[in-house]
Amino acid sequence: MSEDKDQNNILEEVTSKEYKYGFYTNIEMDTAAVGLTEETIRFISAKKNEPDWLLEFRLKAFHHWLTIEEPTWAHLHHPPIKYQDIIYYAAPKKKKQLESLDEVDPELLDTFKKLGISLEEQKVLSGVAVDAVIDSVSVKTTFRETLSKHGIIFCSFSEAVQEYPELVKKYMGSVVPYRDNFFAALNSAVFSDGSFCYIPKGVRSPMELSTYFRINAANTGQFERTLLVADEGAYVSYLEGCTAPQRDENQLHAAIVEIIAETGAEVKYSTVQNWYPGDKNGKGGIYNFVTKRGICKGDHSKISWTQVETGSAITWKYPSCILKGDHSIGEFYSVAVTNHYQQADTGTKMIHLGKNTKSTIISKGISAGFSNNSYRGMVRIAKKASNSRNFSQCDSLLLGSKCGAHTFPYINTGNETSVVEHEATTSKISEDQLFYCQQRGIDSEKAIGLIVNGYAKEVLNKLPMEFAVEAQKLLAITLEGSVG
Amino acid sequence: MQRGKFDMNPSEKKYSILESALRNSFESSLSRSSNELTKVTEARLLAYEAFRKTGLPGRLNEKWRNSKFDQVSEQSYEVVSSKPTYTQKVSEIFQCSIHGFTTQVEALLNGWYYTSEKQTLRTMENGVVIGSIQTAQKEVPELFERHFGKIAKYNLHGYSHINTAFFNDGLFIYVPDQVHVEESIQLIKMVNDTQKLMINSRNLVILGKNSHLSLMHCDDSVNHQSSMINTVTEIFIGENASLDLYKLQNINNHTFLINSTSVVQQRNSRLKVNVITLNGGAIRNELNVDLQGEGAEADLNGIYLMDKKQQVDNQVFVNHAVPNCNSSELFKGVLDDESSAIFNGFVLVGRDAQKTNAFQRNNNILMTSTAKVDTMPFLEIYADDVKCSHGATIGQLDHDAMFYLMQRGICKRDARLLLMYAFAAEVAEKIDIQPLRVSIEDMVKKRLRGELSICEKCVLHCSTPDIPMEFEIDMSKI
Repeated sequence: MSEDKDQNNILEEVTSKEYKYGFYTNIEMDTAAVGLTEETIRFISAKKNEPDWLLEFRLKAFHHWLTIEEPTWAHLHHPPIKYQDIIYYAAPKKKKQLESLDEVDPELLDTFKKLGISLEEQKVLSGVAVDAVIDSVSVKTTFRETLSKHGIIFCSFSEAVQEYPELVKKYMGSVVPYRDNFFAALNSAVFSDGSFCYIPKGVRSPMELSTYFRINAANTGQFERTLLVADEGAYVSYLEGCTAPQRDENQLHAAIVEIIAETGAEVKYSTVQNWYPGDKNGKGGIYNFVTKRGICKGDHSKISWTQVETGSAITWKYPSCILKGDHSIGEFYSVAVTNHYQQADTGTKMIHLGKNTKSTIISKGISAGFSNNSYRGMVRIAKKASNSRNFSQCDSLLLGSKCGAHTFPYINTGNETSVVEHEATTSKISEDQLFYCQQRGIDSEKAIGLIVNGYAKEVLNKLPMEFAVEAQKLLAITLEGSVG
Repeated sequence: MQRGKFDMNPSEKKYSILESALRNSFESSLSRSSNELTKVTEARLLAYEAFRKTGLPGRLNEKWRNSKFDQVSEQSYEVVSSKPTYTQKVSEIFQCSIHGFTTQVEALLNGWYYTSEKQTLRTMENGVVIGSIQTAQKEVPELFERHFGKIAKYNLHGYSHINTAFFNDGLFIYVPDQVHVEESIQLIKMVNDTQKLMINSRNLVILGKNSHLSLMHCDDSVNHQSSMINTVTEIFIGENASLDLYKLQNINNHTFLINSTSVVQQRNSRLKVNVITLNGGAIRNELNVDLQGEGAEADLNGIYLMDKKQQVDNQVFVNHAVPNCNSSELFKGVLDDESSAIFNGFVLVGRDAQKTNAFQRNNNILMTSTAKVDTMPFLEIYADDVKCSHGATIGQLDHDAMFYLMQRGICKRDARLLLMYAFAAEVAEKIDIQPLRVSIEDMVKKRLRGELSICEKCVLHCSTPDIPMEFEIDMSKI
């Protein structure tokens, strides 16, 4: 009994831990009127001084969005989202074009400092170039010059539209078309900014590229778009992090990430998602509906997704790979942690089209509190994808008796020379493991931390160094010693 | 918000041929069953209403996405068939002899209980009641009412509603408490008509406390007419009772078959299912097992060996509602030619179902580049002290094993057969009744050699003692 009590205490302690990124910064904002009409879209487009073809793209997406309904197939329950109550555009007021860091609003700099992301160049010598996106507008991209020496384009999406329209036009919507799904259509209509990255032929990016997303303003939705193109033989490792202030109402985040890997290119995309998850009674939090997809266009290309999902009230996210080129490789490594009343329905799609394509899926779900955590993944082997190989492993760990862990794999195979394997287990931390640790003098809290970390290690190891540390800390905060 | 094409005026809606046929014949079907219990009539009306709302499931429905059953809706079937008169003995229409295995044969012809006797519901010496479900609702109404329509309540769809609304007859079995039925009961479903029929039959099996029954459920087609067979079977297994259920499916290539079996299991009861699918146009096996009593155990197994353009769809749902139950699913299949297989396992572990063990496995071998497999092993778990796992594989025969056999002088064809047989045998070995197991193993061997497709009659008479079934491989030489 006393052990139970102990565990309850630990649980209590863990669950009462505050979301440390929940502050709000007072920054002068430029916002659109509430609601979504054609006018809103024209307003956003005009604000950003966009060319006609982009406005047309937005309007087409908007009209398509009107004809479709919000998907309900996911294992998620939430009150209907009132799309007309959202502000679709919010941006920190820009006085003029920023040239140097000194001109960035000090409040903004402060915000990012609090988040532990330094935009000051001398401090960024650790070697990560950051594109900071606040309320869907990119405020500052660091290291642009160093990167441009290598021919790498790394800038905000809006800048890319102005400066490299032909590249944007060529690749935007080629992986996630606006007709793809409800949230992709919404994003295509109203997206405000995001990051754009192009690695030219044969270039290995000398540093990690990173986007940091922050929702700040109230009642707004964040709709950003990331487009990442790795030309033949290029390599890039890309990081993405996100946080939001603590608010009682739910905020919508509907983003699109598109990755294109040409022949022999390799893209590594890592996310540490830490949007505000709502309080312990399930109030507030971000609704995170994201469409992420990469295409291995050329032969021998590779896309690797790594994600650590700890935040958001609702996560609806399936980073996918279309393996079109022969011998291309897709990877998906995920740790999804849910606590309190969080709900996550996340997974991946691996679409094998080319010959000798390989994919690996490692998904680790951890649920605690009253949360629900689902893995939903699809592996499809097309008829012509001979000698393709997939291996999927989806494990779920339940901490507490009020939470749920679910696995929904879909496997479609139409080729006789391919091999697909899927395995999944659901369990709690075994008493044997705990006992073993404890009899070696490790207390139960630390033991659980150890076991959970070991459980997630396979995925955490795939993260770039800087993020791995952050992710491990995050895991510790959310879970340390939850239950046995 | 505008809602474009979804705002279809219901009056403008076009119905498929089957849907219209059903809509037009419900009144006459209902009037024919005017002497039924009011409960049944009520159930029929409710089900018909539900069907009118949902319609037939199409490809937009996730559970039917890759199903071939969307072809059914555009075929014209005779929806309501009249009771066939007794003309021939069952054994004349249907030959079945498994060496050393005797069963008590019950038959349904075109969905109607088929017997030479006047009495359509009999009480045996040991108290077992068996016969037509129509007679049962009149003669044992309280028993009937207690279970009818209360077991088949999960995963209902258009066809299950149609079954309740239109069913004409079926088999009723009641095994009283403490009765161990020695002889297996074999239910043979036959179709023989010049018309294309849609057959809705309904079975109800009730097992009392501490009882045992083994039931074979054979689906067979006699003629070459394509038909649509839509069966719902409700099974209630009382405390400590056990049921062995064997389903053998060997129907012609144009027939569509939906076999929906729902089971409720009470405390410490045991269920063992073996679904053996050898041939059929499109077969959908639904198995819904509701574990309502602690200590219940369900062991669900299946083999499917498909070729040509056949399709098999196994939908298995296990509801763990209470603690300490075990369930295991093992489905294996070999897909040849342009055949396709769907497996959707769904284990739901409720909040209170601690100490649950649930296991799910689906293995497939694809023989050609045109065969297809869709597998969806789902787990939905709300309790923490559980052990649940699932695995699914799709692949080919092990190259190393093939090489090993071939370097021992076994030709490629035989090596393939041997390995395929070994693959399928894992499921066949789980059959407890020895003569039946031998016979099914023979059938599997035969089927793997491609001989069954040549054989146009029932499979069950193939294995006669004078034609021994063995591999051509001389095992002594290996």
